[in-house]
Amino acid sequence: MANTLPPVPRSKKKDWVVAAKIAVWLVSLAPIAILVDRIFLSGQYTGGDFVDDPVELIQHWTGTASLIFLLTTLAITPVRRLASFNKANRFRRLLGLFSFLYASLHVFSYFIFDQRMQLGPIAEDVIERNWILVGFLAWLLLIPLAVTSTTGWIRRMGGKRWNRLHKLIYPIGVLVVLHFLWQTKLLETEPLVYASTLLVLFGLRWWVRK
Amino acid sequence: MSQGNHPHPSEVTPEKLFMNRRAFMTKASVAGIGGALTVGGVLAATRTGSDKPVMRTTDDDLTPWETVTGYNNFYEFGTGKDDPARYAKNFVTEPWSIKVDGEVEEARSWSFDELVDGFTVEERIYRHRCVEGWSMVVPWNGIPLKDLIERLGPTQDAKYVEFTTLYDTRKMPGQMSPVLPWPYVEALRIDEAMHPLTLMVTGVYDKKLPPQNGAPIRLIIPWKYGFKGGKSIVKIRFTKNKPRTTWSEAIPSEYGFYANVNPEVDHPRWSQATERRLGEFFRRDTLMFNGYDEVAPLYEGMDLRKNY
Repeated sequence: MANTLPPVPRSKKKDWVVAAKIAVWLVSLAPIAILVDRIFLSGQYTGGDFVDDPVELIQHWTGTASLIFLLTTLAITPVRRLASFNKANRFRRLLGLFSFLYASLHVFSYFIFDQRMQLGPIAEDVIERNWILVGFLAWLLLIPLAVTSTTGWIRRMGGKRWNRLHKLIYPIGVLVVLHFLWQTKLLETEPLVYASTLLVLFGLRWWVRK
Repeated sequence: MSQGNHPHPSEVTPEKLFMNRRAFMTKASVAGIGGALTVGGVLAATRTGSDKPVMRTTDDDLTPWETVTGYNNFYEFGTGKDDPARYAKNFVTEPWSIKVDGEVEEARSWSFDELVDGFTVEERIYRHRCVEGWSMVVPWNGIPLKDLIERLGPTQDAKYVEFTTLYDTRKMPGQMSPVLPWPYVEALRIDEAMHPLTLMVTGVYDKKLPPQNGAPIRLIIPWKYGFKGGKSIVKIRFTKNKPRTTWSEAIPSEYGFYANVNPEVDHPRWSQATERRLGEFFRRDTLMFNGYDEVAPLYEGMDLRKNY
């Protein structure tokens, strides 16, 4: 009797994780559902104004979503430490993958809608315009992180090397924030909010580590 | 032309029409919006039942009313695209007067009604290209600027004409923010102003011009980027020398005096080779002079790369 672990709490624990994972998936895919509704169903389910420029909406939403997911992954470690909420770590790789998913939708909406997949004009744009260059670099750097996000890759690489590679998320965060800041005509509040959030998160990590 | 008799836009445009983008486009191209459109070739002037001259310069679908009046750059009411529609709602345009001075036979103030009295308001379906890279097709209603200028009587020395937008922070809350040096001033060379395509606009979609589009009177120069067309004009001044204009003062490296639509001269931060027609997914090629090649002689011998 004493040797056997009581089975009930265990499955309860698992249930909790499953439920949380479903919730994270639903919340993470919601931006896509809202976009589809607003653009193709005239906001029948989610409301909102008439969409004058669907591509602009797609690009703004996917870009913002990618940045928010990136900031969320960065927030997990400090939250876990400060709140002793170790379970949060289970969602870090998933949230990182969603950041990559939205970054890819963002980049491909630019490739397809703005550049009609013509490599020449894409290359020209990336080289000539700093704000596009930093955004493109950020996406390229996210690719190895997304590819190595599976448990198999962690095992294959070894925790130390894997961790070192995934430190790339810091420069990526800086590049993404620069991409947003340099894109606007005048200094606007929205990119500044994300830039300062990133700074706060960097500060927290440094403080938590000490 | 009396401004008071027009019904409010929302009474005229059934909301259902805009419920579905595709359905709207189909209806528009089949029936012609409001029955006012006649299919004609480029620059074909046709007459409709209402005896109103119509000039249709493109066969492209019209941009829906909701977008024309809901997606605006009018920093006097805020820098967001939907700010003008939101904050210009109670903008009062009656009475309205326009001061005319400078190189003109008689410098004086004109009331709006007096200024447009006796002219036939025409419909002009023009492409409208913003320097930011988006475009629309808009059925403007207005009077050729040429006719107005003849009424105002500039002197032989008038080489340029300058248009000033209202400056009143109580009526235009966006002016409380120093995003631009107010008031907004735009100008044209006199031959550009006298070109038959240049239109002083008083309406759109056969309705009184909504405040967010520059009520009661604004300029449209279809071969130039949209910012050249001053809105809510309160002053017209004829000058000998080239006037200072707002955007070219604010960011001279990005915005010039001419601002002719030109796919070959890029904006420093983006290419001008293509544009997105609002509502469409794929960008299309931008046309030289926005497709209005007939204005090319105005710029003969000029380096358009320097005179951007």
